[in-house]
Amino acid sequence: MTLQHVIGPSELPGALVKPGAEPIVKATAIEKHFDDNHVLRGCSMTVFPGETVTILGRSGSGKSTFLRCLNFLEEPTAGMVDIGGVVVQAEPLKRRDRAGQARIRQLRIHAGMVFQEFNLFPHLSVIGNLIEAPIHVKGVGKKEAIELAEGNLARVGLSEKRDEYPSRLSGGQRQRVAIARALTMEPDVLLFDEPTSALDPSLVGEVLKVMESLAHEGRTMIVVTHEMAFAREAADRVYFMDEGLFVEVGPPEQVIGNPQDERTRTFLARFLHG
Amino acid sequence: MMGPAGGPGVGLSANQQLVADIERAREQRGRSWRTKFLITWAFIVVGLVAFILITVSVDSAFLEKVVPFILAGVPITLFLAVTSIFFATILAALGALGRLSRNPYLNGIASFYVSFFRGTPLLLQILFIFLALPQAGIVLPEIPTAIVALSLNYGSYMTEVFRSGIEAVPHGQTEAAQSLGMTGRTTFRRIIAPQAFRIVTPAVGNDFVAMIKDSSLASVVGVQEVLWRAQTAGRPTFQSMQTLLVAAFIYWVLTIIFSLFQGRLEKRMATGDRVQRRAQ
Repeated sequence: MTLQHVIGPSELPGALVKPGAEPIVKATAIEKHFDDNHVLRGCSMTVFPGETVTILGRSGSGKSTFLRCLNFLEEPTAGMVDIGGVVVQAEPLKRRDRAGQARIRQLRIHAGMVFQEFNLFPHLSVIGNLIEAPIHVKGVGKKEAIELAEGNLARVGLSEKRDEYPSRLSGGQRQRVAIARALTMEPDVLLFDEPTSALDPSLVGEVLKVMESLAHEGRTMIVVTHEMAFAREAADRVYFMDEGLFVEVGPPEQVIGNPQDERTRTFLARFLHG
Repeated sequence: MMGPAGGPGVGLSANQQLVADIERAREQRGRSWRTKFLITWAFIVVGLVAFILITVSVDSAFLEKVVPFILAGVPITLFLAVTSIFFATILAALGALGRLSRNPYLNGIASFYVSFFRGTPLLLQILFIFLALPQAGIVLPEIPTAIVALSLNYGSYMTEVFRSGIEAVPHGQTEAAQSLGMTGRTTFRRIIAPQAFRIVTPAVGNDFVAMIKDSSLASVVGVQEVLWRAQTAGRPTFQSMQTLLVAAFIYWVLTIIFSLFQGRLEKRMATGDRVQRRAQ
């Protein structure tokens, strides 16, 4: 049984998307159960190349789970993910065979992830963190990998930290290195899982600045966040999630500025007025 | 806000005075603590030496003969310890992988190994290999017997150390590696193992120090290491007090040396995310 992906009526391509472009990410009817807990109840998402999409919602609404299902860090109970043409179906019952596992790795190469807790490799220097996967996963030559990595370090403004170790960096710097690490794999899409939630408030800005500039230069990004200003300014489209469903989807001016759904309104009211 | 006694300048210097006084008092307390500590040690050592001198006659001719004989066991003791810790580390690495494996057969083998060799005395294991295995046609000389038993026994303890070391690496590391497309094998080899290695290094050092002492059990099958020599030299003339004290002193010095070495290694590990710095 193959699922048919349907592009929702509010998933119109954003301003930066070339007319006639095909979606780069198609998530179709993703469901996830944790024991009795039905966390995701059929979530679909379409992202076109160059778009930045944010997922908003209360804690526990399923946003992060959805993001982690996109690269199968979490195995969905049902559904299908297509990133950059790599299609993987949910297979909750049996362990995948070699070919299946290889397909998931392929999918992950197309989707770079940035975690809330950074998850830098503490035993490797900054440059070591960046070149590890290009060399040992994609088989890129060391020299080429270093060139690529240095470019991305400059991109996040941390060239001078090249040989430093993660423990000697601030939280904001660590997260910027993590972004550069994801970029160095040259993925089709970047997944951000609450990238500023573990940061000291004074360090949030430097990370958001990098993310905003990535969004503006046409990177494809899916961002789970509580940063309303980022969602408003950088996103082409906002998905509002409540109890495992995307209850409202649309451009930020609509979803944040003029929400139609009762649940979105309640969330925003509580969020904006404390 | 200003105090009645004068301007802020006066208050500041009074503060500095107080800070200096507190610092001096703390230093003084530290000095007096160390003095008492050293006196305690000196007192015990002098007491012990006095006790020995009173109980036994110090026959310097005997000691001159016997000390070199016992010291000649040190290389054998160290050889046993170094060789056995080497094989124990390999066994423990394999054992830990087995204990963490999802494969029921490998996991079963590894957990049986740990359970059996931790659950029986090391002395029994040595005797079993030396005395019982020949009945099954397996005959090992003394030194290999000791090495096999020490390796198997310590390997079983260290398996659990290695396993917990691997499990102590945060799960986020695995997730980050996987999200970059790494296979399970690459993740383990490149990301998890190097971090686990650092976590377990102090424990392996501890085990090595313990191994130096436990290698003395090899004396029961006639390996001519430090304890065997002390026993052999002391028994015929009823001078075991002298020879065993010499042996005790030797083990003590050996463990002190390796503990110091281990302390330095640990310090380096602690400061160093730079241990693995590679030239690029």
